[in-house]
Amino acid sequence: MWIAGGLVLGGIVHLATIMALPRTASRDAYARLASLVPVNGFALLPAPTSESSILPFMDPAFAVAACRYDLAKGPVKLTVPVSPAYTSVTFYTRYDVAYYAINDRAAGRRSIELDLMTTKQRGDLPDDEEVTAADRLIVESPSLTGVIVARALAPEPSLLSAATAALRAAQCKQQ
Amino acid sequence: MRLLIGLLLSFVVAAGIGLGSSWYALTQNLSFGALELGAWKGYPRNGTVGIDPYARAVIARNGELPVGSGDGVAFTAAADDSGRALDGRCDVVVRGTTPPARYFTITLYTSSGQLVANSLDRHGFTSQELVRDASGEFEIMVSPRARPGNWLPTGGVDSYLLMLRFYDTSLGVATRAGREAPMPAIRLTRVCQ
Repeated sequence: MWIAGGLVLGGIVHLATIMALPRTASRDAYARLASLVPVNGFALLPAPTSESSILPFMDPAFAVAACRYDLAKGPVKLTVPVSPAYTSVTFYTRYDVAYYAINDRAAGRRSIELDLMTTKQRGDLPDDEEVTAADRLIVESPSLTGVIVARALAPEPSLLSAATAALRAAQCKQQ
Repeated sequence: MRLLIGLLLSFVVAAGIGLGSSWYALTQNLSFGALELGAWKGYPRNGTVGIDPYARAVIARNGELPVGSGDGVAFTAAADDSGRALDGRCDVVVRGTTPPARYFTITLYTSSGQLVANSLDRHGFTSQELVRDASGEFEIMVSPRARPGNWLPTGGVDSYLLMLRFYDTSLGVATRAGREAPMPAIRLTRVCQ
């Protein structure tokens, strides 16, 4: 009976540790980026090498820039110029869940332009503004803070500088 | 006294089973909803808010950022088509075609997601770099020694994994089986260093 009780309790311990881990991990992606990436501003991430890589499993064919956002003081406006080959922007919550991603084709322009806000901030938008800005893409963040990662592909190593240059002009600003 | 010993026994069992199984699930990467295509395994759901708790825990522990579903989808292979673990001291042939995508990349990592040092400083190929034959198939030689054609050096490491990432693709959560997604075959040869 004691062992059976222990097994049930063990199941609870198992579920609790799995559920709690994302919120307690001290070396998760957000924490790794914190020292390098400003709040509401983009920073280029160093290309991964065999000696060091700021995150594991980074694709070496891509130039990568990241922005930690904080919506506490209002929405964030995001502009990422499209590089010649392929560009994408992915939004992650503070606990590393990818909740939205868009690529240059879906954006269909010379640059990917988005407004990031919480559901409440979107609700507070004046109605007429939403109509006049119908072509403005609005993304709702499920959390107040998180990370935006912009990736630009270099299909050949010689094209990496063009990809990097596109990301250097990326902006992530409080409105 | 019996009660005390009993309680203690329960707690020891609980801690052992609970923490042990959590540790096992995280290190063995036991996530649900894998899309298995030959030796390749992908978790398209990991790039969405529908990510399962085990995958979330693994990702938080590794410190990686999964590929978002509007961006692409990632597949990994740690063994060849007949289940033999990929060995960096042996020649491995990756041959075939891929599902439609605007671009794909294939990259060689250690099991912890680091790149492997080699003389060429080559860690993978993009779809544009691969040399293909007349039928449009490509063949990548993953080998510790230089090979003609698409040579992906292993640096002679004991074990590694290959990651195949498709960008701007229709492949995703809704993909079911191999017919709509032809993946390259992986064959470990007996030619070893």
